[in-house]
Amino acid sequence: MSENRITIFVDGKALKAREGEPLLKACLAGGIFIPNLCYMEGIDPLPVSCRLCFVAVEGRAQPVPSCSIPVREGLVVHTDTPEVRRLQRQGLRLLLSTHHVECARCPANRHCALQDMTRFLKVGLKPKTVYLKAPPVRSEHPFLDYHVNRCVLCGRCVEICKARQDRPELTFIKRGFDTTLGFFPGGASNPQDLKTYRACVEACPVGALVLKDSNKNP
Amino acid sequence: MYEALKKEALKRKRAFEEDPRPIIQIGMATCGIAAGALETRAAFQQVLAERQIPARIRTVGCMGHCYAEPVVIIDHGASGFPPILYPEVNSGKAAMLAKLFLENGDPRLEHILGATKENDMIPSVMEFPRFNREKRLVMEKCGHIDPEDIYDYIAGGGYAAFAKTLERPGDTLIDEIQQSGLRGRGGAGFPTGLKWELARQSQGKEKIVICNADEGDPGAYMDRMLLESNPHQVLEGMLICAHAVGAGRGIVYVRAEYPLAVKTLEKALHQAKEARLLGNGILGTSFDFHIDIFEGSGAFVCGEETALIHSIEGYRGMPRQRPPYPTESGLFGKPTVINNVKTLATVPAILEHGAQWFRGIGTKNSPGTAIFSIVGDVTHPGLVEIPMGVTLRTLIFDICGGIPNKKGFKAVQIGGPSGGCLSEAFLDTPIDFDTLAEAGAMMGSGGMVVMNEDTCMVDVARYFLDFTQKESCGKCTFCRIGTHHLLAALEQLTEGKGESVDVNFLQRLSEDIRAGSLCGLGKTAPNPVLTSLKYFANDYQAHMKEKRCPAMACRPLVAFYIDLEKCARGCDVCEGCCPVDAVFTTPNRKKGIDQSLCVKCGECMTACPPEYKAVMKVSPPHLAPVIERPPQAARKGK
Ligand SMILES: Cc1cc2nc3c(=O)[nH]c(=O)nc-3n(C[C@H](O)[C@H](O)[C@H](O)COP(=O)(O)O)c2cc1C
Repeated sequence: MSENRITIFVDGKALKAREGEPLLKACLAGGIFIPNLCYMEGIDPLPVSCRLCFVAVEGRAQPVPSCSIPVREGLVVHTDTPEVRRLQRQGLRLLLSTHHVECARCPANRHCALQDMTRFLKVGLKPKTVYLKAPPVRSEHPFLDYHVNRCVLCGRCVEICKARQDRPELTFIKRGFDTTLGFFPGGASNPQDLKTYRACVEACPVGALVLKDSNKNP
Repeated sequence: MYEALKKEALKRKRAFEEDPRPIIQIGMATCGIAAGALETRAAFQQVLAERQIPARIRTVGCMGHCYAEPVVIIDHGASGFPPILYPEVNSGKAAMLAKLFLENGDPRLEHILGATKENDMIPSVMEFPRFNREKRLVMEKCGHIDPEDIYDYIAGGGYAAFAKTLERPGDTLIDEIQQSGLRGRGGAGFPTGLKWELARQSQGKEKIVICNADEGDPGAYMDRMLLESNPHQVLEGMLICAHAVGAGRGIVYVRAEYPLAVKTLEKALHQAKEARLLGNGILGTSFDFHIDIFEGSGAFVCGEETALIHSIEGYRGMPRQRPPYPTESGLFGKPTVINNVKTLATVPAILEHGAQWFRGIGTKNSPGTAIFSIVGDVTHPGLVEIPMGVTLRTLIFDICGGIPNKKGFKAVQIGGPSGGCLSEAFLDTPIDFDTLAEAGAMMGSGGMVVMNEDTCMVDVARYFLDFTQKESCGKCTFCRIGTHHLLAALEQLTEGKGESVDVNFLQRLSEDIRAGSLCGLGKTAPNPVLTSLKYFANDYQAHMKEKRCPAMACRPLVAFYIDLEKCARGCDVCEGCCPVDAVFTTPNRKKGIDQSLCVKCGECMTACPPEYKAVMKVSPPHLAPVIERPPQAARKGK
């Protein structure tokens, strides 16, 4: 990424940005909200997996995920077209259809990415059809409890482990709708790891990962 | 150096041909073996040994005629007959042919398919459309050469194209491929020359060529057949590509479910190394190229190029956003060309005969041939290679013999789970990359399933969605959850619980999954739904509004009953074959079906003698007239 400051146009507003940085980042920094879950600075390649940060870029027929677009001078972007919103709402509804809404009991309550986005996109928190998995909580990890039906599988925790551990212990397992977070058994015994897992919990946008009670105090 | 190899190959060929003993040639690819070719070979071996018949057995790959497996060609020159192709040679037939033909010179003409050479005694197989309408360019040598003998390939001109290209600079090869208009046979039809050019221009070092033999489409097996029948042609394609783009390393990514292909490849690699066609200083030049095999572990998504790369790198097979494309940053970040088996196998022929020759075959925008594995309701299923631009009608009806059992054509599903279902209206459409894409289907890797009038398109869409949903890697929201919703709706329809499902819901969700998904799997997963909605709207309407399955294929939506007018008094066949004792006898000694017990297996309908045809099938199920089970006919012994 270069240090070149360039100008892009988002929803008619001129924004300064650094050439080559992700469009999503530039927009968020410029005060234009775009729904997103999986984006985290410093991951390469970015997952581009939550499929929420769609925008319309002039010159492209279809909405594109803004985290995957490096900005360049003069880029013209619209974040609020009907096509963009339709995809974002559909994506959010799909995520909510696998989400157990129990906000009052959830540690992410009031700073939850899903709550924010439902408000922003005007989508009801409780869709008609919900598919939940059993058991709802998995506790086999030494430091973490995993709330399966809160998880949106954004993969932030997986990325953090990958970046910090020689042999990352968090990964996705299974396929299709059954895909879920899994742990390689065995490790996770040194205090360094606890730090990593605390970072994972902090990065979780929805309160799906919770430190076990015994590990809560620093 | 190549000349020496060629000379040796021709010497061996001559020795083989000059040997007067008859030759028994058996197709021993996976398909042949599944049909019993191992037993066939054992039977030949046994009879030859017992009766001291001086004949030679030669094993070859597959000719693509699945309906005729195990296929045997007997070349018994001394008998005065031309080489003869025998279909469906089981061990009994093998023993009989060994005795009667090889020993006594009687070719048992009632068992033959035809002669494999023109002659005036027996009709040639080339008189059948299944043979003469094909255009074999990639599969030309398949089933005719011994895949385990590199010299057999070289004797027929193998590796000559590569040897010639070694003398040419790489960029001229890329020009040639670009001019030929070759498009990738692995799915999207991306121009191969352009892909190679991008890799060649790429700044990165240590470039890599990967042959994609993951072939995960259900019902597709042309890549397996090529690797098992003529692996050297694929290796030659890889060598040419490596020389063109400047790669030093190659990998064949082949699924572990293809053990015979892996074994054949290993042998081929070994022989190519021995012949100095692989390794350091190839054919005495300064060109080095090494090929390894990587066995994939059975995930459909690993055929997607970025997932394939992750899988080789040791990670979970999950795709990533492109760009960067693999030609820029591929395996371990190095510039990587990924091509399908068929694409690579086409390359030697292009360099041998030239781009103009290749352009003369097929259509303007899709030159060359297409290989389809045609399965389902056709008389002669198997692998067919045709020039692009042939119509579906020619392919299905002329070449593959049409629909068996006097049934009507309903649909053809092209391109596997990413493809679409086309209706009769498309039978006269010439097949190439663009016409298929326009129709909403896809060339895909070339799987083709033909379906007759008894097929329910809602159920077919459900089947493919079930596959893609299970094979989704789970990374992105639309593919992971969207296909689950779509599948659930289709399941409701096929189970008669689809009151709340409507066409708009299916259409919108499908479009969103297509627009929202990360990789090709999700982007194309809704195709079977979108095309069947478009071309078979009536099937959906009937399931939604009337709970009726027009093809009477969805079990919960049909019922069987017995037409008392037709039922013959005293006949007990249906009652005897019912696995759940749902059939009972009425007071006037006719039959009835207890709907509460019936599992709708249809056994009674099959069993009812043709002179009565008294068992009826209806949809929706409430149309079946109610016949009360008399109390005295309560379930036997219960
Ligand atoms: C879900 C999915 C599965 C795929 N499976 C295969 C496959 O089995 N074999 C293959 O050659 N290409 C497959 N592809 C296409 C590859 O990504 C890639 O485009 C192809 O190997 C390029 O080769 P070509 O240019 O020779 O066609 C698949 C793509 C997707 C999205």
